[in-house]
Amino acid sequence: MNNPIIQVKEEFAGKIMNFEEHSTRRIYIEIAPQDIADVARFLFTELAFRFATASAIDTPKGIEILYHFSHDNSGKMLTIRTLIKDKKDPHIESITPIIKAAEWIEREMWEMLGIQFDHHPNLKKLLLAEDWPEGEFPLRHED
Amino acid sequence: MSHRTIIPIGPYHPLQEEPELFRLYVEGEKVVDIDIVLGYMHRGIEKLSEAKHFDQVAFLVERICGICSNSHPFAYVNAMEDLAKIEVPERALFIRTIIAELERLHSHLLWLGLAGHFIGYNTVWMWSWKYREPVLDILETITGNRQHYAMMRVGGVRRDIGKEDIPQIKKMVNDLIPVLDMFKGAVMDDPVIQARTRNVGVLTQEEAINYCVVGPTARASGIAIDVRKDDPYGAYDKIKWEVIVQREGDIFAKLVVRVLEMYESIKIINQCLDNLPSGPIDANIKDIPAGEGIGRIEAPRGECFHYVRSDGTNSPMRHKIRAPSYMNVASNKVAAVGGTISDAAITLAAVDPCYCCTERTAVIEKKTDKKILNGWDLIELSRKKTEELKKRK
Repeated sequence: MNNPIIQVKEEFAGKIMNFEEHSTRRIYIEIAPQDIADVARFLFTELAFRFATASAIDTPKGIEILYHFSHDNSGKMLTIRTLIKDKKDPHIESITPIIKAAEWIEREMWEMLGIQFDHHPNLKKLLLAEDWPEGEFPLRHED
Repeated sequence: MSHRTIIPIGPYHPLQEEPELFRLYVEGEKVVDIDIVLGYMHRGIEKLSEAKHFDQVAFLVERICGICSNSHPFAYVNAMEDLAKIEVPERALFIRTIIAELERLHSHLLWLGLAGHFIGYNTVWMWSWKYREPVLDILETITGNRQHYAMMRVGGVRRDIGKEDIPQIKKMVNDLIPVLDMFKGAVMDDPVIQARTRNVGVLTQEEAINYCVVGPTARASGIAIDVRKDDPYGAYDKIKWEVIVQREGDIFAKLVVRVLEMYESIKIINQCLDNLPSGPIDANIKDIPAGEGIGRIEAPRGECFHYVRSDGTNSPMRHKIRAPSYMNVASNKVAAVGGTISDAAITLAAVDPCYCCTERTAVIEKKTDKKILNGWDLIELSRKKTEELKKRK
Protein backbone atom coordinates (compact mmCIF):
# COMPACT_ATOMS: atom_id res chain seq x y z
CA MET A 1 0.00 0.00 0.00
CA ASN A 2 1.26 3.45 -0.88
CA ASN A 3 2.07 5.68 2.00
CA PRO A 4 -0.62 8.41 1.87
CA ILE A 5 1.71 11.00 3.35
CA ILE A 6 4.25 10.49 0.54
CA GLN A 7 1.43 10.81 -2.00
CA VAL A 8 0.40 14.14 -0.49
CA LYS A 9 4.00 15.32 -0.53
CA GLU A 10 4.37 14.41 -4.21
CA GLU A 11 1.04 15.91 -5.30
CA PHE A 12 1.67 19.26 -3.61
CA ALA A 13 5.45 19.31 -3.85
CA GLY A 14 5.77 23.00 -4.67
CA LYS A 15 3.05 24.14 -2.32
CA ILE A 16 4.16 22.62 0.97
CA MET A 17 5.70 25.41 3.03
CA ASN A 18 6.63 23.25 6.01
CA PHE A 19 6.58 19.55 6.81
CA GLU A 20 6.80 18.31 10.37
CA GLU A 21 6.68 14.74 11.60
CA HIS A 22 5.90 15.18 15.27
CA SER A 23 5.72 11.38 15.61
CA THR A 24 5.03 8.51 13.20
CA ARG A 25 1.28 9.03 13.51
CA ARG A 26 1.13 12.82 13.92
CA ILE A 27 2.11 14.76 10.82
CA TYR A 28 1.74 18.49 10.20
CA ILE A 29 1.91 20.12 6.77
CA GLU A 30 1.75 23.86 6.27
CA ILE A 31 0.30 25.34 3.11
CA ALA A 32 -1.02 28.72 1.94
CA PRO A 33 -4.71 29.58 2.55
CA GLN A 34 -5.53 29.63 -1.17
CA ASP A 35 -4.48 25.97 -1.56
CA ILE A 36 -6.71 24.63 1.22
CA ALA A 37 -9.63 23.60 -0.97
CA ASP A 38 -7.37 21.68 -3.39
CA VAL A 39 -5.59 19.85 -0.62
CA ALA A 40 -8.86 19.01 1.15
CA ARG A 41 -10.34 17.68 -2.09
CA PHE A 42 -7.29 15.51 -2.76
CA LEU A 43 -7.17 14.11 0.77
CA PHE A 44 -10.88 13.40 1.03
CA THR A 45 -11.78 12.18 -2.45
CA GLU A 46 -8.52 10.65 -3.71
CA LEU A 47 -6.86 9.27 -0.61
CA ALA A 48 -9.96 8.46 1.51
CA PHE A 49 -8.88 10.53 4.49
CA ARG A 50 -11.62 11.15 7.04
CA PHE A 51 -12.16 14.75 8.08
CA ALA A 52 -11.95 14.78 11.89
CA THR A 53 -12.33 18.47 12.66
CA ALA A 54 -10.55 21.82 12.42
CA SER A 55 -9.03 24.03 15.09
CA ALA A 56 -8.70 27.77 14.63
CA ILE A 57 -6.26 29.70 16.78
CA ASP A 58 -5.74 33.40 17.23
CA THR A 59 -1.96 33.92 17.25
CA PRO A 60 0.09 37.12 17.19
CA LYS A 61 1.01 36.41 13.53
CA GLY A 62 -2.55 35.94 12.35
CA ILE A 63 -5.39 33.44 12.46
CA GLU A 64 -4.14 29.92 12.17
CA ILE A 65 -6.43 27.10 11.04
CA LEU A 66 -5.56 23.45 11.47
CA TYR A 67 -7.55 20.94 9.44
CA HIS A 68 -7.25 17.53 11.07
CA PHE A 69 -7.57 14.58 8.71
CA SER A 70 -7.44 10.98 9.83
CA HIS A 71 -6.16 8.13 7.68
CA ASP A 72 -7.83 5.29 9.53
CA ASN A 73 -6.10 2.45 7.67
CA SER A 74 -2.68 3.59 8.83
CA GLY A 75 -3.77 5.33 12.03
CA LYS A 76 -2.04 8.52 10.89
CA MET A 77 -3.39 11.93 11.77
CA LEU A 78 -2.47 14.49 9.14
CA THR A 79 -2.96 18.11 10.12
CA ILE A 80 -3.00 20.76 7.42
CA ARG A 81 -1.91 24.07 8.85
CA THR A 82 -2.56 27.43 7.26
CA LEU A 83 -2.08 30.99 8.42
CA ILE A 84 -4.37 33.87 7.48
CA LYS A 85 -2.33 37.00 8.08
CA ASP A 86 -5.13 39.55 7.79
CA LYS A 87 -6.66 39.50 11.26
CA LYS A 88 -9.03 42.38 10.57
CA ASP A 89 -10.95 40.59 7.84
CA PRO A 90 -9.84 36.96 7.60
CA HIS A 91 -11.11 35.11 4.54
CA ILE A 92 -10.65 31.55 3.37
CA GLU A 93 -12.35 29.24 0.90
CA SER A 94 -14.91 26.95 2.53
CA ILE A 95 -14.29 23.20 2.25
CA THR A 96 -17.95 22.36 3.02
CA PRO A 97 -18.86 22.07 -0.70
CA ILE A 98 -16.26 19.26 -0.85
CA ILE A 99 -16.72 17.75 2.63
CA LYS A 100 -20.23 18.02 4.07
CA ALA A 101 -18.94 17.15 7.51
CA ALA A 102 -17.07 20.46 7.68
CA GLU A 103 -20.28 22.51 7.73
CA TRP A 104 -20.64 22.80 11.49
CA ILE A 105 -17.01 23.35 12.37
CA GLU A 106 -16.71 26.14 9.79
CA ARG A 107 -19.80 27.80 11.21
CA GLU A 108 -18.26 27.47 14.66
CA MET A 109 -14.94 29.01 13.57
CA TRP A 110 -16.84 31.80 11.86
CA GLU A 111 -18.78 32.77 14.99
CA MET A 112 -15.96 32.16 17.47
CA LEU A 113 -13.09 33.80 15.62
CA GLY A 114 -14.72 35.81 12.85
CA ILE A 115 -13.25 33.88 9.94
CA GLN A 116 -15.24 34.36 6.74
CA PHE A 117 -15.62 31.08 4.85
CA ASP A 118 -16.21 31.96 1.20
CA HIS A 119 -18.84 29.89 -0.64
CA HIS A 120 -20.06 28.19 2.55
CA PRO A 121 -23.64 27.07 1.80
CA ASN A 122 -25.11 27.84 5.23
CA LEU A 123 -22.92 30.25 7.18
CA LYS A 124 -25.02 31.04 10.25
CA LYS A 125 -24.61 30.74 14.00
CA LEU A 126 -24.14 27.24 15.41
CA LEU A 127 -23.51 27.56 19.13
CA LEU A 128 -23.83 31.23 20.06
CA ALA A 129 -27.20 32.81 20.75
CA GLU A 130 -28.99 34.59 17.92
CA ASP A 131 -28.68 37.93 19.72
CA TRP A 132 -24.92 37.63 20.31
CA PRO A 133 -23.40 41.06 19.55
CA GLU A 134 -22.00 41.54 16.06
CA GLY A 135 -18.22 41.63 15.83
CA GLU A 136 -17.56 40.01 19.22
CA PHE A 137 -15.50 36.86 18.82
CA PRO A 138 -15.12 34.83 22.03
CA LEU A 139 -12.00 32.91 21.02
CA ARG A 140 -10.03 35.93 19.83
CA HIS A 141 -7.22 36.98 22.15
CA GLU A 142 -6.81 40.60 23.04
CA ASP A 143 -4.00 42.32 21.18
CA MET B 1 -48.87 16.43 -0.64
CA SER B 2 -48.54 20.17 -0.20
CA HIS B 3 -49.50 20.46 3.45
CA ARG B 4 -46.29 20.64 5.40
CA THR B 5 -46.01 20.81 9.18
CA ILE B 6 -43.05 21.37 11.44
CA ILE B 7 -42.40 19.15 14.44
CA PRO B 8 -39.83 20.68 16.77
CA ILE B 9 -38.25 17.98 18.95
CA GLY B 10 -36.41 19.53 21.87
CA PRO B 11 -34.59 21.54 22.97
CA TYR B 12 -35.17 20.44 26.56
CA HIS B 13 -36.06 17.07 27.92
CA PRO B 14 -35.33 15.46 31.30
CA LEU B 15 -33.85 12.38 29.65
CA GLN B 16 -31.21 14.07 27.56
CA GLU B 17 -28.05 15.56 28.95
CA GLU B 18 -27.43 17.64 25.84
CA PRO B 19 -30.40 19.69 24.70
CA GLU B 20 -30.74 19.94 20.96
CA LEU B 21 -33.57 21.03 18.74
CA PHE B 22 -34.58 19.00 15.74
CA ARG B 23 -37.12 20.63 13.48
CA LEU B 24 -38.78 17.91 11.47
CA TYR B 25 -40.53 19.03 8.32
CA VAL B 26 -43.36 16.63 7.78
CA GLU B 27 -45.78 15.88 4.98
CA GLY B 28 -48.45 13.58 6.30
CA GLU B 29 -46.54 10.86 8.15
CA LYS B 30 -43.36 11.31 6.19
CA VAL B 31 -40.33 13.32 7.33
CA VAL B 32 -39.16 15.32 4.31
CA ASP B 33 -36.48 17.53 5.84
CA ILE B 34 -34.80 18.20 9.13
CA ASP B 35 -33.15 21.20 10.73
CA ILE B 36 -30.71 20.70 13.58
CA VAL B 37 -30.23 23.55 16.03
CA LEU B 38 -27.42 23.38 18.59
CA GLY B 39 -25.96 25.64 21.21
CA TYR B 40 -28.25 25.23 24.18
CA MET B 41 -25.49 23.65 26.22
CA HIS B 42 -22.60 25.78 25.01
CA ARG B 43 -20.58 26.56 28.13
CA GLY B 44 -17.40 27.91 26.58
CA ILE B 45 -15.24 25.09 27.90
CA GLU B 46 -12.56 25.62 25.24
CA LYS B 47 -12.23 29.20 26.44
CA LEU B 48 -12.32 28.22 30.13
CA SER B 49 -9.52 25.77 29.50
CA GLU B 50 -7.23 28.63 28.51
CA ALA B 51 -7.50 29.97 32.06
CA LYS B 52 -6.80 26.69 33.89
CA HIS B 53 -3.61 24.95 34.90
CA PHE B 54 -2.79 21.85 32.83
CA ASP B 55 -3.65 19.67 35.83
CA GLN B 56 -7.00 21.37 36.31
CA VAL B 57 -8.02 20.98 32.68
CA ALA B 58 -8.48 17.22 33.18
CA PHE B 59 -11.17 17.97 35.77
CA LEU B 60 -12.73 20.62 33.58
CA VAL B 61 -13.12 18.41 30.50
CA GLU B 62 -14.40 15.60 32.71
CA ARG B 63 -17.46 17.77 33.16
CA ILE B 64 -18.25 18.11 29.47
CA CYS B 65 -20.39 15.00 29.61
CA GLY B 66 -21.88 13.00 32.44
CA ILE B 67 -21.83 9.73 30.52
CA CYS B 68 -18.46 10.03 28.78
CA SER B 69 -16.89 11.56 31.84
CA ASN B 70 -13.76 9.48 31.32
CA SER B 71 -13.45 9.91 27.55
CA HIS B 72 -12.67 13.62 27.47
CA PRO B 73 -9.96 13.57 30.15
CA PHE B 74 -8.53 10.45 28.52
CA ALA B 75 -8.28 12.16 25.12
CA TYR B 76 -6.91 15.27 26.81
CA VAL B 77 -4.11 13.45 28.65
CA ASN B 78 -3.27 11.64 25.40
CA ALA B 79 -2.95 15.02 23.71
CA MET B 80 -0.71 16.32 26.48
CA GLU B 81 1.44 13.22 26.40
CA ASP B 82 1.76 13.60 22.62
CA LEU B 83 2.68 17.26 23.11
CA ALA B 84 5.36 16.66 25.74
CA LYS B 85 6.35 13.16 24.50
CA ILE B 86 5.71 11.59 27.88
CA GLU B 87 6.28 7.91 28.51
CA VAL B 88 3.35 6.66 30.63
CA PRO B 89 3.96 3.72 33.03
CA GLU B 90 2.45 0.45 31.75
CA ARG B 91 0.31 -0.11 34.81
CA ALA B 92 -1.35 3.26 34.30
CA LEU B 93 -2.12 2.37 30.66
CA PHE B 94 -3.87 -0.82 31.75
CA ILE B 95 -5.87 0.95 34.47
CA ARG B 96 -6.93 3.62 31.96
CA THR B 97 -8.11 0.91 29.59
CA ILE B 98 -10.16 -0.80 32.32
CA ILE B 99 -11.92 2.46 33.24
CA ALA B 100 -12.58 3.27 29.58
CA GLU B 101 -14.19 -0.12 28.94
CA LEU B 102 -16.29 0.03 32.11
CA GLU B 103 -17.52 3.36 30.83
CA ARG B 104 -18.37 1.83 27.45
CA LEU B 105 -20.35 -0.92 29.22
CA HIS B 106 -22.47 1.44 31.25
CA SER B 107 -22.92 3.84 28.34
CA HIS B 108 -24.10 1.12 25.94
CA LEU B 109 -26.46 -0.28 28.59
CA LEU B 110 -27.85 3.20 29.09
CA TRP B 111 -28.46 3.56 25.35
CA LEU B 112 -30.06 0.13 25.12
CA GLY B 113 -32.48 1.06 27.90
CA LEU B 114 -33.41 4.36 26.28
CA ALA B 115 -33.86 2.74 22.88
CA GLY B 116 -36.22 0.21 24.48
CA HIS B 117 -38.13 2.99 26.20
CA PHE B 118 -38.67 4.90 22.98
CA ILE B 119 -40.13 2.02 21.09
CA GLY B 120 -42.39 1.12 24.00
CA TYR B 121 -40.39 -1.71 25.55
CA ASN B 122 -40.17 -0.44 29.09
CA THR B 123 -39.10 -3.89 30.31
CA VAL B 124 -35.93 -3.56 28.24
CA TRP B 125 -35.43 -0.13 29.76
CA MET B 126 -35.75 -1.36 33.32
CA TRP B 127 -33.64 -4.50 32.78
CA SER B 128 -30.93 -2.58 31.05
CA TRP B 129 -30.67 0.11 33.67
CA LYS B 130 -30.87 -2.46 36.45
CA TYR B 131 -27.83 -4.28 35.07
CA ARG B 132 -26.04 -0.99 34.50
CA GLU B 133 -25.95 -0.41 38.26
CA PRO B 134 -23.33 -3.10 39.04
CA VAL B 135 -21.04 -1.46 36.45
CA LEU B 136 -21.35 1.83 38.28
CA ASP B 137 -20.68 -0.04 41.54
CA ILE B 138 -17.43 -1.39 40.07
CA LEU B 139 -16.44 2.12 39.04
CA GLU B 140 -17.22 3.30 42.55
CA THR B 141 -15.08 0.51 44.00
CA ILE B 142 -12.12 1.47 41.82
CA THR B 143 -12.39 5.24 41.69
CA GLY B 144 -14.61 6.24 44.58
CA ASN B 145 -17.19 7.73 42.22
CA ARG B 146 -20.07 6.44 40.13
CA GLN B 147 -19.43 9.20 37.60
CA HIS B 148 -16.65 11.77 37.16
CA TYR B 149 -13.99 9.29 38.20
CA ALA B 150 -11.12 11.80 38.28
CA MET B 151 -8.74 9.02 37.29
CA MET B 152 -6.83 10.61 34.41
CA ARG B 153 -3.86 12.85 34.93
CA VAL B 154 -1.10 13.86 32.57
CA GLY B 155 1.48 11.07 32.85
CA GLY B 156 -0.63 8.47 34.60
CA VAL B 157 -3.69 7.80 36.75
CA ARG B 158 -4.64 9.08 40.17
CA ARG B 159 -5.67 5.85 41.89
CA ASP B 160 -4.37 2.33 41.79
CA ILE B 161 -6.44 -0.84 41.59
CA GLY B 162 -5.80 -2.87 44.72
CA LYS B 163 -4.95 -6.57 44.36
CA GLU B 164 -7.69 -7.42 46.85
CA ASP B 165 -10.34 -5.77 44.66
CA ILE B 166 -9.53 -7.68 41.48
CA PRO B 167 -11.52 -10.91 42.18
CA GLN B 168 -14.61 -8.89 43.05
CA ILE B 169 -14.31 -6.68 39.98
CA LYS B 170 -13.87 -9.73 37.76
CA LYS B 171 -16.88 -11.42 39.26
CA MET B 172 -19.09 -8.39 38.79
CA VAL B 173 -17.96 -7.93 35.19
CA ASN B 174 -18.38 -11.60 34.30
CA ASP B 175 -21.84 -11.66 35.89
CA LEU B 176 -22.83 -9.40 33.02
CA ILE B 177 -22.22 -12.12 30.43
CA PRO B 178 -25.47 -14.07 31.13
CA VAL B 179 -27.27 -10.71 31.14
CA LEU B 180 -25.92 -9.88 27.70
CA ASP B 181 -26.87 -13.37 26.51
CA MET B 182 -30.38 -12.65 27.71
CA PHE B 183 -30.47 -9.34 25.84
CA LYS B 184 -29.11 -10.97 22.74
CA GLY B 185 -31.79 -13.64 22.87
CA ALA B 186 -34.79 -11.73 24.12
CA VAL B 187 -34.19 -8.39 22.45
CA MET B 188 -32.38 -9.15 19.23
CA ASP B 189 -34.58 -12.13 18.30
CA ASP B 190 -37.84 -10.36 19.10
CA PRO B 191 -39.85 -10.06 15.85
CA VAL B 192 -41.46 -6.77 16.90
CA ILE B 193 -38.15 -5.12 17.79
CA GLN B 194 -36.84 -6.36 14.47
CA ALA B 195 -39.85 -4.84 12.69
CA ARG B 196 -39.32 -1.52 14.46
CA THR B 197 -35.58 -1.28 13.81
CA ARG B 198 -34.73 -3.16 10.62
CA ASN B 199 -34.52 -0.95 7.54
CA VAL B 200 -35.41 2.04 9.72
CA GLY B 201 -33.23 5.15 9.88
CA VAL B 202 -30.73 3.73 7.40
CA LEU B 203 -27.40 5.49 7.04
CA THR B 204 -25.73 4.09 3.93
CA GLN B 205 -22.00 3.51 3.83
CA GLU B 206 -21.63 6.28 1.26
CA GLU B 207 -23.44 8.82 3.44
CA ALA B 208 -21.53 7.65 6.50
CA ILE B 209 -18.30 8.49 4.67
CA ASN B 210 -19.67 11.84 3.46
CA TYR B 211 -20.71 12.85 6.96
CA CYS B 212 -17.47 11.48 8.47
CA VAL B 213 -19.40 9.72 11.23
CA VAL B 214 -17.51 7.83 13.90
CA GLY B 215 -17.94 5.03 16.42
CA PRO B 216 -20.84 2.57 16.43
CA THR B 217 -22.70 4.81 13.96
CA ALA B 218 -19.92 4.26 11.40
CA ARG B 219 -19.33 0.62 12.29
CA ALA B 220 -23.04 -0.17 11.81
CA SER B 221 -22.74 1.21 8.26
CA GLY B 222 -19.92 -1.10 7.27
CA ILE B 223 -17.00 1.20 8.05
CA ALA B 224 -14.43 -0.65 10.14
CA ILE B 225 -12.96 2.27 12.05
CA ASP B 226 -12.08 2.19 15.70
CA VAL B 227 -9.39 4.41 17.21
CA ARG B 228 -8.53 1.62 19.64
CA LYS B 229 -7.33 -0.48 16.68
CA ASP B 230 -6.30 2.19 14.16
CA ASP B 231 -4.29 4.48 16.40
CA PRO B 232 -3.84 2.40 19.59
CA TYR B 233 -3.49 4.10 22.95
CA GLY B 234 -3.76 2.77 26.50
CA ALA B 235 -3.27 -1.00 26.48
CA TYR B 236 -5.41 -1.80 23.44
CA ASP B 237 -2.48 -2.99 21.33
CA LYS B 238 -1.37 -5.40 24.05
CA ILE B 239 -4.55 -7.47 24.29
CA LYS B 240 -6.81 -9.47 21.97
CA TRP B 241 -10.20 -8.15 20.95
CA GLU B 242 -12.31 -7.60 17.83
CA VAL B 243 -13.83 -4.58 16.11
CA ILE B 244 -17.56 -5.20 15.59
CA VAL B 245 -18.85 -4.21 12.15
CA GLN B 246 -22.30 -4.54 10.59
CA ARG B 247 -23.26 -3.65 7.03
CA GLU B 248 -26.91 -2.62 7.06
CA GLY B 249 -26.67 0.87 8.57
CA ASP B 250 -30.14 0.65 10.13
CA ILE B 251 -31.07 0.96 13.79
CA PHE B 252 -30.94 -2.80 14.23
CA ALA B 253 -27.32 -2.81 13.04
CA LYS B 254 -26.47 -0.10 15.55
CA LEU B 255 -28.16 -2.17 18.25
CA VAL B 256 -26.19 -5.28 17.28
CA VAL B 257 -22.89 -3.35 17.20
CA ARG B 258 -23.44 -2.01 20.69
CA VAL B 259 -24.58 -5.31 22.21
CA LEU B 260 -21.65 -7.24 20.70
CA GLU B 261 -19.21 -4.52 21.70
CA MET B 262 -20.15 -5.08 25.33
CA TYR B 263 -18.85 -8.67 25.08
CA GLU B 264 -15.58 -7.28 23.73
CA SER B 265 -15.40 -4.80 26.59
CA ILE B 266 -15.73 -7.63 29.10
CA LYS B 267 -12.98 -9.51 27.26
CA ILE B 268 -10.73 -6.46 27.40
CA ILE B 269 -11.36 -5.81 31.11
CA ASN B 270 -10.64 -9.46 32.01
CA GLN B 271 -7.37 -9.48 30.07
CA CYS B 272 -6.29 -6.17 31.57
CA LEU B 273 -6.97 -7.40 35.10
CA ASP B 274 -5.18 -10.71 34.44
CA ASN B 275 -2.12 -9.04 32.98
CA LEU B 276 -1.97 -5.91 35.11
CA PRO B 277 1.74 -5.03 35.21
CA SER B 278 3.32 -3.98 38.47
CA GLY B 279 5.12 -0.68 38.93
CA PRO B 280 4.26 2.98 39.32
CA ILE B 281 0.99 4.49 38.13
CA ASP B 282 2.25 7.99 37.43
CA ALA B 283 5.22 9.56 35.64
CA ASN B 284 5.17 12.62 37.94
CA ILE B 285 5.07 15.30 35.31
CA LYS B 286 5.86 18.79 36.59
CA ASP B 287 6.35 21.02 33.57
CA ILE B 288 4.77 21.17 30.16
CA PRO B 289 6.98 22.54 27.37
CA ALA B 290 5.78 24.68 24.47
CA GLY B 291 4.36 22.67 21.59
CA GLU B 292 1.22 21.05 20.29
CA GLY B 293 -0.39 17.67 20.64
CA ILE B 294 -3.34 15.64 19.41
CA GLY B 295 -5.07 13.02 21.51
CA ARG B 296 -7.93 10.86 20.38
CA ILE B 297 -9.69 7.92 21.92
CA GLU B 298 -12.63 5.70 21.07
CA ALA B 299 -15.37 6.95 23.37
CA PRO B 300 -18.58 4.88 23.60
CA ARG B 301 -20.02 7.06 20.82
CA GLY B 302 -16.91 7.22 18.65
CA GLU B 303 -13.70 9.15 18.21
CA CYS B 304 -13.22 11.86 20.82
CA PHE B 305 -10.64 14.38 19.65
CA HIS B 306 -8.56 16.89 21.61
CA TYR B 307 -5.95 19.30 20.32
CA VAL B 308 -3.83 21.28 22.76
CA ARG B 309 -1.27 23.98 22.12
CA SER B 310 1.05 25.19 24.85
CA ASP B 311 3.24 28.28 24.72
CA GLY B 312 5.32 27.12 27.68
CA THR B 313 3.14 28.65 30.39
CA ASN B 314 0.99 26.72 32.84
CA SER B 315 -2.21 26.88 30.78
CA PRO B 316 -3.10 25.79 27.26
CA MET B 317 -2.94 28.57 24.69
CA ARG B 318 -5.67 26.79 22.72
CA HIS B 319 -7.64 23.67 23.49
CA LYS B 320 -9.89 22.30 20.76
CA ILE B 321 -12.38 19.62 21.70
CA ARG B 322 -14.51 17.61 19.32
CA ALA B 323 -16.91 15.08 20.77
CA PRO B 324 -18.12 12.18 18.61
CA SER B 325 -21.75 13.34 18.57
CA TYR B 326 -20.63 16.49 16.73
CA MET B 327 -20.09 14.30 13.68
CA ASN B 328 -22.84 11.75 14.29
CA VAL B 329 -25.79 14.04 14.99
CA ALA B 330 -25.38 15.78 11.62
CA SER B 331 -25.96 12.45 9.86
CA ASN B 332 -29.58 12.50 11.07
CA LYS B 333 -30.11 14.82 8.17
CA VAL B 334 -30.07 11.75 5.93
CA ALA B 335 -31.01 8.99 8.38
CA ALA B 336 -34.30 10.50 9.55
CA VAL B 337 -35.46 12.02 6.27
CA GLY B 338 -37.77 9.72 4.34
CA GLY B 339 -38.91 7.90 7.46
CA THR B 340 -42.17 8.35 9.36
CA ILE B 341 -42.82 10.50 12.42
CA SER B 342 -43.33 7.46 14.60
CA ASP B 343 -39.82 6.28 13.71
CA ALA B 344 -38.21 9.69 14.22
CA ALA B 345 -37.73 9.35 17.99
CA ILE B 346 -35.81 6.10 17.70
CA THR B 347 -33.90 7.17 14.60
CA LEU B 348 -32.64 10.36 16.21
CA ALA B 349 -31.74 8.36 19.32
CA ALA B 350 -29.92 5.67 17.35
CA VAL B 351 -26.69 7.63 17.04
CA ASP B 352 -26.78 7.81 20.85
CA PRO B 353 -26.47 11.51 21.38
CA CYS B 354 -27.85 10.83 24.87
CA TYR B 355 -30.82 12.53 23.42
CA CYS B 356 -34.36 11.67 22.90
CA CYS B 357 -37.09 14.08 22.54
CA THR B 358 -40.49 14.69 23.90
CA GLU B 359 -41.24 16.96 26.83
CA ARG B 360 -41.18 20.17 24.83
CA THR B 361 -42.10 18.55 21.57
CA ALA B 362 -45.10 19.91 19.79
CA VAL B 363 -46.63 19.61 16.37
CA ILE B 364 -47.45 23.05 15.08
CA GLU B 365 -49.50 24.09 12.10
CA LYS B 366 -47.14 26.23 10.11
CA LYS B 367 -49.82 28.76 9.20
CA THR B 368 -51.54 29.25 12.51
CA ASP B 369 -48.90 28.08 15.01
CA LYS B 370 -51.66 26.06 16.61
CA LYS B 371 -50.47 23.20 18.79
CA ILE B 372 -51.76 19.80 17.77
CA LEU B 373 -49.56 17.21 19.45
CA ASN B 374 -47.24 17.47 22.42
CA GLY B 375 -44.13 15.44 23.14
CA TRP B 376 -45.79 12.64 25.05
CA ASP B 377 -48.20 12.21 22.15
CA LEU B 378 -45.19 11.56 19.92
CA ILE B 379 -43.83 8.87 22.22
CA GLU B 380 -47.36 7.49 22.36
CA LEU B 381 -47.34 7.32 18.56
CA SER B 382 -44.12 5.35 18.64
CA ARG B 383 -45.47 2.97 21.29
CA LYS B 384 -48.78 2.49 19.47
CA LYS B 385 -46.91 1.39 16.39
CA THR B 386 -45.16 -1.28 18.46
CA GLU B 387 -48.47 -2.37 19.99
CA GLU B 388 -50.06 -2.74 16.57
CA LEU B 389 -47.12 -4.75 15.30
CA LYS B 390 -47.37 -7.01 18.36
CA LYS B 391 -51.03 -7.70 17.63
CA ARG B 392 -50.27 -8.57 14.03
CA LYS B 393 -47.58 -11.10 14.89
